[in-house]
Amino acid sequence: MPKNAHKDSKERHRAVAAKKTKPEAMIIAKGLTKTYGDFKAVDSIDFTVHRGESFGLLGPNGAGKSTTMKMIAATSQRSGGELTILGKDPNSNGPEIRAHLGVVPQQDNLDRELKVWENLMVYGRYFGLPRKWLKVKIEELLEFAQLTEKRNSKTEELSGGMKRRLTIARGLVNEPEILMLDEPTTGLDPQARHILWDRLFRLKEQGVTLVITTHYMDEAEQLCDRLMVMDKGKIMAEGSPAELIKKYSSKEVLEVRFGSANNAQVAKELKGIGTRLEVLPDRILVYAENGEKCLEQIVKKGLHPVTSLVRRSSLEDVFLRLTGRTLVE
Amino acid sequence: MSIDIANEPKMTWTGAKTIVDPQRSIRRGSLYVAETRIKKMLKWWKSIVAFGLGNPTLYLLSIGIGIGSLVDSSLGPNAIDGVNYLTFLAPALLATAGIQGAMDEVTWPTLEGFVWDRTFFSMNATAITGKQIVNGVMMAAMARCVLQVFLYEMCLLAFGAISWQSVPILLLVCSAAGLGFAAIMLAFSASIKDDDDGMFALVGRFIITPMFMFSGTFYPITSMPIYLQWIGWISPQWHATNLGRAMSYGMPIEPWLLILHWALMLAMAIVGFSWAHRVFDRRLSK
Repeated sequence: MPKNAHKDSKERHRAVAAKKTKPEAMIIAKGLTKTYGDFKAVDSIDFTVHRGESFGLLGPNGAGKSTTMKMIAATSQRSGGELTILGKDPNSNGPEIRAHLGVVPQQDNLDRELKVWENLMVYGRYFGLPRKWLKVKIEELLEFAQLTEKRNSKTEELSGGMKRRLTIARGLVNEPEILMLDEPTTGLDPQARHILWDRLFRLKEQGVTLVITTHYMDEAEQLCDRLMVMDKGKIMAEGSPAELIKKYSSKEVLEVRFGSANNAQVAKELKGIGTRLEVLPDRILVYAENGEKCLEQIVKKGLHPVTSLVRRSSLEDVFLRLTGRTLVE
Repeated sequence: MSIDIANEPKMTWTGAKTIVDPQRSIRRGSLYVAETRIKKMLKWWKSIVAFGLGNPTLYLLSIGIGIGSLVDSSLGPNAIDGVNYLTFLAPALLATAGIQGAMDEVTWPTLEGFVWDRTFFSMNATAITGKQIVNGVMMAAMARCVLQVFLYEMCLLAFGAISWQSVPILLLVCSAAGLGFAAIMLAFSASIKDDDDGMFALVGRFIITPMFMFSGTFYPITSMPIYLQWIGWISPQWHATNLGRAMSYGMPIEPWLLILHWALMLAMAIVGFSWAHRVFDRRLSK
């Protein structure tokens, strides 16, 4: 479709130009709160998501990410604070907002009785889209999700990765202003994850606003322009992955193992090496600008780790620093 | 991983933003839900039609004619309400067909929507609201109900158990019973937590079956002891059956009872809908 492609690129240029002048706020949350009885699932959080941005919510299970997503998806009503999505209040304009959202839930909710293409058709109809228009759109979505050959399969016959891609394709059927993905790659094998990341990256390149929750730091680093680290319903930190690492961690990390029984004891002797030490049950993390140098210092002290590894700092380290806990437990 | 971007499929944004009209979804959401439900029903159309024709045929042969000839020979040919047993039984069987048809489309599909496939949650992620899901599911259930009653009527006509003039009004009576009962059952099914599908077996054994047995289906309700008659009074099955008998072969009926029959079925529908609307909205917005 060269004609469309041309129009599309023109639109994108316009979007880029608009972005340069003033970023348009798609989601604004102020003091956003959700309580279930006495339990505060989301505790007065503030954030803004701009057009064309890929915004991530990073945190362990139970951090309040999914609850936040449900409120942004205009399905779950907030208990307190303010929330504006696409310029409207979800409490009073839920259907109007949802008409322009794409939602990929944590748990696939495809219709098992319907074929792959029928799932897309039925979903498109919910947005009031004409069948004729949908027929063309569905072909494009199937190709994008690499499911053209599976169009007549029942969804039950699809692999986990295919189901996810179909759910994402379904979320794109109304060409949403915001695509929301809740734990998009949880439970997928590494290859399926990479295919999915590639698809999502493509959408990001096209200027689709993405909101992603994840507890995988590599996913957050790959896909998100900006992150909000959440724990126990609160925001712990916010920024781009690089900014967060710079602010809350060192350039490199040296991981040393002395055997789980000895780690705590040895850690006392390591004081002064690197900028900070983190003692985990199975290993000691030494935060430093130069990991190799630290390792030399340790060996000079006459200590000989069973294994040692120097790596770049990651969001995992940021999270550990902020909460004292690891992301994936 | 190197990717040839030029040859990779790209999404074109052709302008759904302008095509998607939230107001249209708000106006027609229920119809879209009904459309999906009917589409799914059509996948089973052979079973639906086979059951719709087979079930009445078997019933009419075994009970209508089998037991009917026994009743007619021992009590005389026109002993109950001045008609033969088959004519007396027909409106009751028809009411059962209406209730059963509508119910099949609100019980399991609701569990599917909330628990198994969670399709109601995916509907609600679009502009569709919980109330529209209720209305759409009910519309589809009523389509099934009307079809099932109609097929049953065709069988009854073939057996000479009803007159063709009574076909439209009996269809209306039985659909009203189906509507009232299905609305309540939809709300009830939506209230079932998680995977507790054992509840349906309980409902089947302790509500549907007694309703079928004690609602004056096989004999006038007044021939039962008074302490069992209340089951009929609260059952849509009896109200539809009694009303159907009045409409089918002109069974004498008090005007106030006529109004009461209609009013009770309507009341069940109103209560069922408002209960279902509340349960759906609450469950979807958790």
